[in-house]
Amino acid sequence: MVLEAADRAAVRALWLKLGSNVGVYTTEALERTFLAFPSTKTYFLHLDLSPGSAQVRAHGQKVADALTLAVDHLDDLPSALSALRELHAHKLRVNPVKFQLLVHCLLVTLARHYPGDFSPSLQASLNKFLSHVISALAPNCH
Amino acid sequence: MVHFTAEEKAAITGLWGKVNVEEAGGEALGRLLVVYPWTQRFFDSFGNLSSPSAIMGNPKVKAHGKKVLTSFGDAVKNMDNLKGTFAKLSELHCDKLHVDPENFRLLGNVMVIILASHFGREFTPELQAAWQKLVAGVATALAHKYH
Repeated sequence: MVLEAADRAAVRALWLKLGSNVGVYTTEALERTFLAFPSTKTYFLHLDLSPGSAQVRAHGQKVADALTLAVDHLDDLPSALSALRELHAHKLRVNPVKFQLLVHCLLVTLARHYPGDFSPSLQASLNKFLSHVISALAPNCH
Repeated sequence: MVHFTAEEKAAITGLWGKVNVEEAGGEALGRLLVVYPWTQRFFDSFGNLSSPSAIMGNPKVKAHGKKVLTSFGDAVKNMDNLKGTFAKLSELHCDKLHVDPENFRLLGNVMVIILASHFGREFTPELQAAWQKLVAGVATALAHKYH
């Protein structure tokens, strides 16, 4: 499962533009996810989920770092994300359907902050990239 | 049945009043066809759908998108009775159009993304949450008469 050249270029270009702010957007995406899809909170009983929570911000940064790792390893996501797969699939036991909700909220966040950049083709490329990331995190992927 | 608080209804209605239904409809349907290409299966008669720019510029896509979003306006006016409001359309989408209801959820999410890009800062997490409830309710209502 390989991302096509045009999609990779689009994702890398966006990531360059986001620079060191990826964590800001993944944090907002998490906040949106918890509000719009309350069932996702069941995986975060150990975190303070109130608005502006430093713990959510810290988790947002972790998600940002993981996505940046993914962007840097588009050739072999399953291998690059194997530790995260182990964590999410076997230790945290997250229903993989939930990742789609966070992905959706990340797209909403990026559309909200970068409307001029968020063309239909960028949306399609991002969607494909993030689908690959989700697949790499699912338990039955090796 | 989906239940909306008074605040949610006011927030949804307030935003809807500012939406350019014609433009947003074309954009929503266009993005659906670009981002989820299998949805093109329902639109063979629409002509050129060969690239994102062809899709977004296609006049039939724009016209149909406007129709779809205009219909969505009925949801905004009838948030307490989505199933009743969309009963006939549900039958149509099942019996005549044979659309997999999963695609309604996809279109709903595309709409939310468009609202975010149009309204920016105004499209707060709370406002998004209310809209997610509405699009989920509409998708469920449209699937309700399937058999």
